[in-house]
Amino acid sequence: MNKKRLGLALAMALLSIGTLTGCHGAKSTSDFEIPEEFDESRNIELTFWAKNDTNKTQTAIYNKAISDFEELYPNITVNMRLYTDYGKIYNDVITNISTNTTPNVCITYPDHIATYLTGNSTVVPLDNLFADEKYGLGGSYLKFDSPTVSEVVPEFLKECMIGENHYALPFMRSTEACYVNKTYVEKLGYTLPETLTWDFVWEVSEKAMEQNADGTYKINGQNVLIPFIYKSTDNMMIQSLKQLGADYSDSDGNVLLFNDDTRQVLKTVAEHTKNGVFSTFKISGYPANFLNAGQCIFAVDSTAGATWMGSNAPLIDIAKDKLVDFETQVMRIPQYDPSDPKMISQGPSVCIFNKADPQEVLASWLFAQYLLTNDVQIAYSETEGYVPVTTKAQQDQAYLEYLSLEGSDNDQHYDVKIKASRLLMDNTENTFVTPVFNGSTSVRDAAGQLIENVTKNVRRKKTVDDAFIDKMYEEVRALYHLDQSGAAAGAGGKADLGKLPGASIALLTVLVLAWVLIAAYWITDKLRHKEQ
Amino acid sequence: MKKTLAVLLTMGLALSFVGCGSKEAAQVAETAQETATEVAETAQETATEVAETAQETATEVAETVAEVAEDVKGEGVMSYADYEAAELDSEVVVETYVQAKQSWWEDKATFYTQDQDGAYFIYEMTCSQEDYDKLTPGTKIKVTGVKSEWSGEFEIVDATFEIEDGNFVAEAKDVTDLLGSDDLIKSQNQLVSFKDMTVEAVSYKNEQPGDDIYVTLSKDGNNYEFCLEYYLNGSDEEFYNLVGGLEAGQTVDVEGYLYWYEGPNAHLTKVTVK
Repeated sequence: MNKKRLGLALAMALLSIGTLTGCHGAKSTSDFEIPEEFDESRNIELTFWAKNDTNKTQTAIYNKAISDFEELYPNITVNMRLYTDYGKIYNDVITNISTNTTPNVCITYPDHIATYLTGNSTVVPLDNLFADEKYGLGGSYLKFDSPTVSEVVPEFLKECMIGENHYALPFMRSTEACYVNKTYVEKLGYTLPETLTWDFVWEVSEKAMEQNADGTYKINGQNVLIPFIYKSTDNMMIQSLKQLGADYSDSDGNVLLFNDDTRQVLKTVAEHTKNGVFSTFKISGYPANFLNAGQCIFAVDSTAGATWMGSNAPLIDIAKDKLVDFETQVMRIPQYDPSDPKMISQGPSVCIFNKADPQEVLASWLFAQYLLTNDVQIAYSETEGYVPVTTKAQQDQAYLEYLSLEGSDNDQHYDVKIKASRLLMDNTENTFVTPVFNGSTSVRDAAGQLIENVTKNVRRKKTVDDAFIDKMYEEVRALYHLDQSGAAAGAGGKADLGKLPGASIALLTVLVLAWVLIAAYWITDKLRHKEQ
Repeated sequence: MKKTLAVLLTMGLALSFVGCGSKEAAQVAETAQETATEVAETAQETATEVAETAQETATEVAETVAEVAEDVKGEGVMSYADYEAAELDSEVVVETYVQAKQSWWEDKATFYTQDQDGAYFIYEMTCSQEDYDKLTPGTKIKVTGVKSEWSGEFEIVDATFEIEDGNFVAEAKDVTDLLGSDDLIKSQNQLVSFKDMTVEAVSYKNEQPGDDIYVTLSKDGNNYEFCLEYYLNGSDEEFYNLVGGLEAGQTVDVEGYLYWYEGPNAHLTKVTVK
């Protein structure tokens, strides 16, 4: 877990500017063609930009994967650069596209790839590589046991498609879970349903706000209580709209977020924030810290953050004397229709960047594919509440044994972490992703900003009504450049570069004039010849 | 017609060469003589100006010292005590002095500020690049924003500011004796020092140099967390390497801004290995 949000905020700001600059100055690289043979007589050096969750075990797994791969292919050297958030990777890639110094292999999100693709032939489409008999998925010339295409979970593979092509391989998958203080819910007189509904979460949260005469809360005897905290408010809005069958965006890049269903979600958030039952990570802090201190009952965060959740969590950021003992229940996020649950699919994917040397690109592909082998998939997924992206790994005996040891210790087999992984595996068919296009990242940011603004303003005792929401829609549209017509034009399309400088106008005028004079001369000359 | 075209192109060519001429030797000699005369005159003028400026500066310093000693707050401005008592999510107006700048991006900047009574962490305040450059340590600013708390850190968010006359640079306050006590939080965000601490552990945020460095120091058998905040001083290569190279068991004196993250988490600005 990051110990601060400053870097994150900066990275997000960088990210938003990145979308506007992505198309400037990109150098062209020819389309990649798969070589007949991989040349093992030459030394090839690869750069791999990876992301970890401030988790040392993840770094160790990356290092082991690299050394195992280099043992198989001694002519390839992989240099890893580690990041702790996707925004920074994104920003660095954008900067390096213009100088043609992108990494070879990069952990990323499809939303980001959509922007990388504004450069010419920057990211290699993988469809031909998938199918290549020798070096493709499950290929005959590979020196490792690679999954076949059919062994990659189809839902996860589909998420890596942009237009007609796959531009990434899924690496790990997670979703969001609601980590519930079951002890407090029952103490309040409720029984947890099989599937949480939004109504249930709001009702229990309101009930929890009862106070003692000294101002402490009855449920925890403390001065602090925020019953419901959401980490990623963009996900909160996106999933709410999906569950309601409401508009958000479409694959043509139309921004449909600013609608009446969104307004209703915002009004509900406002209503409960007014009573102090709801807050967000950006406003108050990490949900895990509040949950573990007995100051939160429903904490929604990624399954990839499961190792921070609960009284016995292996990773803790609060002082030990603040920890409260309670039973943690890992549940699907709240639903509007429990009979038709919907939850986001998220997690890192891996893409490869095009280079002038096809052998270098093929080496990149071999390494990217190596990350899908069982050893890497199983080891990495066990670090957090991730799920392997291949059925081959999910059904491997070693992985099944890992799952079966749920709760046998509070480290490798921490029950909350394994339950979080199971949650996604049991709900893969209920997951969805949002349409990916150049600018889709901005629409996502805007979705979260709406909830943040409403929450913040209610806490400041401002009136949140239709007039407020109308004004906020306008402001957020402008902030994320979603106020231009067409497919999120400003969000990721070409930026308005303003008026031409005077010198450029003068130069163009002289050029036009010169051509006019040349044309006039040519016509006069032709006429003279005709007359003669 | 051919002639006209040729003339037009020649003119263009001639224009493009304007400005590329060189000075003749005679001109250079003449210029040297003029320069010598000017230098002599300038020296005399400068001497007079320096004397005047020194007098003015002395007067200004005296005024500033008097002003800072009193630190009189303007109308509608809260004292630090008022700020401490203000409710979360309420509007606050304070006059404070910039001590350090953490980051600027897209007209948002983060500052460590302090007056003589206490400190204010100002998170992502609206600030142009031009203004950011003006906000050197000691600069007095009037800040209007909202009091907020994030993981135990009290801060002013959604703020705007005006630059005012006045200057104050805080000296580090030794709070070693307050470690582990409930009183330490009263110095939150101030420039503080901790003496004779023992290095327990040093780790990079992402396990490679290039981001924050987490430092665990101990005193009397208790561990305390410190951080080299990359955006604050990560670009100071010498300091970054010094902190990154600390070894368990070393004794150090440290200074830093007393940031809070679920407990004290000072952002280091100075480390002295003993």
